[in-house]
Amino acid sequence: MYDFTTFVQSIGNFLHGQFSPGVATALEWTLVILIYLALYAILGLVLVYVERRVCAFFQLRLGPNRVGWAGTAQTVADALKLLLKEPVTVNKADKLLFNLAPFIITLAALTVISLVPFAKGLQAFDINIGLLFIVAVSSLGVVGILLAGWSSNNKYALIGAMRSGAQIVSYELSVGLSLLTMVLLTGTLQLSAIIETQANGWWIFKGHVPAVIAFFLYLTASIAEINRGPFDLPEAESELTAGFHTEYSGLKFAFFFLAEFVNMFTVAAIATTVFLGGWMPFHIGDWAGFNAVMDFLPPIFWFFLKVSAVIFLMMWFKWTFPRLRIDQLLKLEWKYLMPLNLMNLVFTAILVYLGWHG
Amino acid sequence: MFRAIYEYFKEILLAIRGLINGMRITGKYIAHARKEIITQEYPDNRDTLKMFDRFRGEVVLLHNENNEHRCTGCSACEVACPNGSIEIIWRAGKTPRRAKRKSRLRPSYTTCRCVRCATCVSCRAPLMRSKWGMISNTRFSIVRN
Repeated sequence: MYDFTTFVQSIGNFLHGQFSPGVATALEWTLVILIYLALYAILGLVLVYVERRVCAFFQLRLGPNRVGWAGTAQTVADALKLLLKEPVTVNKADKLLFNLAPFIITLAALTVISLVPFAKGLQAFDINIGLLFIVAVSSLGVVGILLAGWSSNNKYALIGAMRSGAQIVSYELSVGLSLLTMVLLTGTLQLSAIIETQANGWWIFKGHVPAVIAFFLYLTASIAEINRGPFDLPEAESELTAGFHTEYSGLKFAFFFLAEFVNMFTVAAIATTVFLGGWMPFHIGDWAGFNAVMDFLPPIFWFFLKVSAVIFLMMWFKWTFPRLRIDQLLKLEWKYLMPLNLMNLVFTAILVYLGWHG
Repeated sequence: MFRAIYEYFKEILLAIRGLINGMRITGKYIAHARKEIITQEYPDNRDTLKMFDRFRGEVVLLHNENNEHRCTGCSACEVACPNGSIEIIWRAGKTPRRAKRKSRLRPSYTTCRCVRCATCVSCRAPLMRSKWGMISNTRFSIVRN
């Protein structure tokens, strides 16, 4: 019903009909880049507002409610303020690395977001090793964090960056293993194909217990990987002022801030794609009428609904649980998440071998 | 060995139970967020805001309906004040008729130095009380004479 493949192809055909192949390809790329940059900025603005508002409600406060209707223009005002601010560079900072770090983080966040399928045919970059690519590129962000911490010539920044390094090296394993569990069930790494396998039921429902366990393990580990929620040691405000981005100001700080929130979206989007059926509507068994109503809602709506549900869950985690200590953080990964993940993997392998999966 | 495995899984389940308990509490907060919000949007609701019983704010001298106060200038509040924000300025008038008048008595009260301890109020209970609402833009409204 809602298939964007022909629509996207018609744009491509139009461009190829009007221009020479090289120019057409370049135009297509420009179009995709513009769309994704706009999406990146809008996601950042919206998520910052939602985060501040939801966090306020969790703490029985009001949150920003002055600028615009119910404070919706607050983040726009903040962004304008950050744009106008002076980008201060520390005296003895490593200039090249200091300026490079925000771009590496932004690059990693943007690359990962380009793989997310928003609807059928609405995906910029559909490769057959999608999940592997995501796991590989998302850990590139830590290079930016380490560079930022190292080059700012600040003890707090360096401590934050080192913590982030330890954290990502550990939690990358859990993210990879929990996604691997799902790859056993789906049998493919391509994101669009993973969604196709969920046409008759989302994996979290038809994947039995292992899928549910894998979902929560993935959520925990990936929240830790994007330095968020109870695992925000690299930027622990009460301990390290602001962690790795202590010395950044103005636009460069905005890059870090945006990347953090877009990473949150990416994690939710991958969780949605792999566990919650991506843009597939919610179906119950053979209730034809109910399913028809659900089909009527466009897939892009379903996608963003699920993503926002997962994001809300992540905010709930963040504003409920206290921050972990560094030793507790490593203990959680190596003593609990990792063995559970391995057990889950073996369990799923047995299930798949016996052919019990949907 | 089985004992250790049992303990391991028990620990995990207990941890999950603790986490769910915590999330239930915050979930209750956000579910009732509209009703239970503590924050007051102060200058907007200045007319309707009802302060709590034990609130201690700016100190004012009570006046009766004829706009007369009962301050005798005994300086007990000045003595009680821990940081000298109250000062009783007693100026005898130059003419004998003026010297009798109470209006020459001038308690000076600096709100910016006051810590709202209300020690002065407990000292001269019928004369003073704590009042809600201090918001000012100028220096002149901070020092009350």
